[in-house]
Amino acid sequence: MRLLVYLPLLISALAAVGARPLAARLEPREATWLLTAATVLLAGCSTAALALLVASAAAQVPVLAAMGHYSQPVLHRGDPTSAVTGAVAAFVLTAAALAVAITFRCRARALAESYRRAARLPDDGAVVVVPGPAIEAYALPGSPGRIVVSGRLFQSLDESGRAALLAHERAHLTGRHHLFTTVAYLAAAANPVLLPLARAVDYTVERWADEHAARVTGNRRLVAATIGQVAMLATPVHRPAATLGIVTAHARRASARSRRISVAWAGPVPRRVAALLAPPPRTRTLLLGVAVLVVLIAGVAALQAARELHALLELADTAH
Amino acid sequence: MHDDGPQPAPGEALGASRRPAGALEAEVLAVLRTAGTPLSPGQVRERLAAREQGELSYSTVVTIVSRLHAKGLLARERSGRGFVYTPLDPASLAAGQMSRALDGDADHRAVLSRFVSGLSGRDARLLRRLLVDDGQEQDGG
Repeated sequence: MRLLVYLPLLISALAAVGARPLAARLEPREATWLLTAATVLLAGCSTAALALLVASAAAQVPVLAAMGHYSQPVLHRGDPTSAVTGAVAAFVLTAAALAVAITFRCRARALAESYRRAARLPDDGAVVVVPGPAIEAYALPGSPGRIVVSGRLFQSLDESGRAALLAHERAHLTGRHHLFTTVAYLAAAANPVLLPLARAVDYTVERWADEHAARVTGNRRLVAATIGQVAMLATPVHRPAATLGIVTAHARRASARSRRISVAWAGPVPRRVAALLAPPPRTRTLLLGVAVLVVLIAGVAALQAARELHALLELADTAH
Repeated sequence: MHDDGPQPAPGEALGASRRPAGALEAEVLAVLRTAGTPLSPGQVRERLAAREQGELSYSTVVTIVSRLHAKGLLARERSGRGFVYTPLDPASLAAGQMSRALDGDADHRAVLSRFVSGLSGRDARLLRRLLVDDGQEQDGG
């Protein structure tokens, strides 16, 4: 049990390193499901592992052992979890529970607020153009959800750019992407090692919406150019309008071609644009299979460790 | 957020008609709302004169519409060398206030799926290279 119980923690660290490369390579929809499920499963496994450490250390405390009628010698022979390890595990477990509770409360309130505000918006269509000089567009989760676009952004896009933007935001609403990110961040609150996975989900839902917009408009370049145009407008440093015009005009005339510029370490916007300038993503069965397998190993390890602890406690009970 | 109490009017800019700026703003808004079409500051000035609201200088009208635009009450778009202005309807005004309130908090921002955020300098350069290079490849080939 000693080593098995640490395997979920080890695989969590491994997943944290692998999350970003996986998010870049997998088909966005599959990546979103995989990463969200992996975050939840690994958070569950590492929490279970912590609980097992606490339980096996607690069983060795003479008072508790007497209460459970466990044989001290058998427990000591079978499982050498030290009291210090147990105490640390108990502390981490408490902190994790607290973090999940706080995150849950904040997110639930934010979502409730979003639903309330979406319900209060005028009832004429899903798109609401708001005044003001901001360059802003987002999906407001609700029933029905709304798309909020600032007037200045709306005016600076042409017809096809608007279509790309709205298709992207609509994909967020119909795909309920906020639920994926909320669940992933809740799980990551239980195990902060998994935070890179939750951030990767933030990225893959954007990619999911980008690919949806590309299918709807039938033009990957258009979506790439629109993202580029809006990102530059949203950046406070003023750029000459002419440069922007050239950028988008060039991009729209282009066709599929693999990229040579490395965006591996760039922020999300250049990575999304590069992905749209590349050919559409395919399902990568092998990579997906390996990722699923690794996550499942963590699950099996946690389960096995739990069974061993259970068997040990039963043995100690009989010996007594 | 917007306290539109009577503000002391900048006397010189308003010329003969010494009215509170709030009243002038309301008149300009009324002109734009009844127009049904985007208006330039010059056109606003003409229509104000036609309503017998007294003569305002061109620069005063520009100041007022700019202020209204900054407050988020008017939308503007470029037309020739200047701007034309359209009033925003009450519904979208309400939406604007809501989204500003919603935007103030990290958790609230997290539930909104934003189209893009701003770029770092490095990302901006990278983005331009991606899009321009891509276009040039196509032009060359």
